[in-house]
Amino acid sequence: MQLAQQVKHLIRKEIILEWRSKYALNGVLLYVVSTVFVCYMSFQIIDKITWNALFWIIMLFASINAIAKSFLQESKGRQLYIYTLVSPAALIIAKTLYNSLLMILLTIIALIFYSLVFDFPKGADILMYFVAAVLGSLSFSTIFTMVSAIASKTGNGGMLMAILSFPIIIPVLIVLIKFAKNAMDGLDRSVSLDEIGLLAVINVIVMTVALLLFPYLWRD
Amino acid sequence: MHKTWWKILAAALVIYTAIAGLLLEVPRLAILNETIRNLYFHVPMWFAMVVLFTISVWYSVRSLGTQSEADDIRAVESANAGVIFGILGIVTGAVWAKFTWGQFWSFDPKQNFAAISLLLYFAYFVLRNAIDEEQKRAKIAAIYNIFAFPMMVVLLFVLPRLQDSLHPGNGGNPGFNSYDLDSRMRMVFYPACLGWILIGYWVYTLRFRTKILENKQL
Repeated sequence: MQLAQQVKHLIRKEIILEWRSKYALNGVLLYVVSTVFVCYMSFQIIDKITWNALFWIIMLFASINAIAKSFLQESKGRQLYIYTLVSPAALIIAKTLYNSLLMILLTIIALIFYSLVFDFPKGADILMYFVAAVLGSLSFSTIFTMVSAIASKTGNGGMLMAILSFPIIIPVLIVLIKFAKNAMDGLDRSVSLDEIGLLAVINVIVMTVALLLFPYLWRD
Repeated sequence: MHKTWWKILAAALVIYTAIAGLLLEVPRLAILNETIRNLYFHVPMWFAMVVLFTISVWYSVRSLGTQSEADDIRAVESANAGVIFGILGIVTGAVWAKFTWGQFWSFDPKQNFAAISLLLYFAYFVLRNAIDEEQKRAKIAAIYNIFAFPMMVVLLFVLPRLQDSLHPGNGGNPGFNSYDLDSRMRMVFYPACLGWILIGYWVYTLRFRTKILENKQL
């Protein structure tokens, strides 16, 4: 149970650090709010398909910005200190869990704000759309956390983060947009079971691969 | 692998498919007509690509354990050879699409996902170029390669099946072998696959050996 203890402490550390500066939370919230506002100014009225696509584009860039910093912004000294204390598995699990929590929180706030500005399309299955948003933020955080770990090792991380993560995230995004569109059209919930299953499988694969690979990645 | 018999076999098989594929009888089908012969050239490209990418991942896994430079070069050169076959597969597919679907590129899911899966490997090459230190580059590139491989499998073999596609075998369309890959076509198709896979492997070994020679001269 040492692993669980370590994960718990690391997540606590992340939350305390975040709470002290509120950098990611405020930054991303401001980003989402201003993007939605700009979209509102330029679109005025949007149709259903654009409504869905716009939400996911906003969330994609918001989550890249929020998660890229999880490894990129750790100073070398602090990383070294953490590495002497905990196991690599604990570190990657803690980062992924923390990012998932942060992203779920951000996505729900963003979706509520988004639906205040642009009303939910008529006949949408709102609960199911929230499920899609939560699943989406989970998948974004599992993938981006690992990519951010890879990008942080290269020196010029910010640019590479986008190049490395876009081809990986596109399949997930396609499934998500389809799932969210089903929810938006108010289709029967059983229609989306395929997409939910596929997303779950992708997440499990990504987490397993990340857990296996991270121990090789973390030490220089 | 310095024996030459399999290289001769590969050349013989590819020459055989070029001749037999263009001359032998094929089933007469609406829309497809004579373009069905492209099956002997288009599909083996993807088989060769997947085999080469699998070799690449295998050597990436090994290079994480052994830290050897040769394993790293093997991984990158087989990915290079795989990308060549991927591009050939897209081109042959585009030509086929022109004569059956009406356009070279109709943004069919299968075409898009094939292009995206090549992007994954371009990102892998960009990542390699971004790191100067060789040992570090080998390690990080290997990790990205292993991380990207399951995504490529999802892109090429899982997602197209869930979407509406014109491509055979996807979106509810029956695959080729269920109705028209009759025994005459099999006699050309299977040798073609084997031949192109061997050619791909040959390209990879050649690239690997030149790279090793270049490194020795440094």
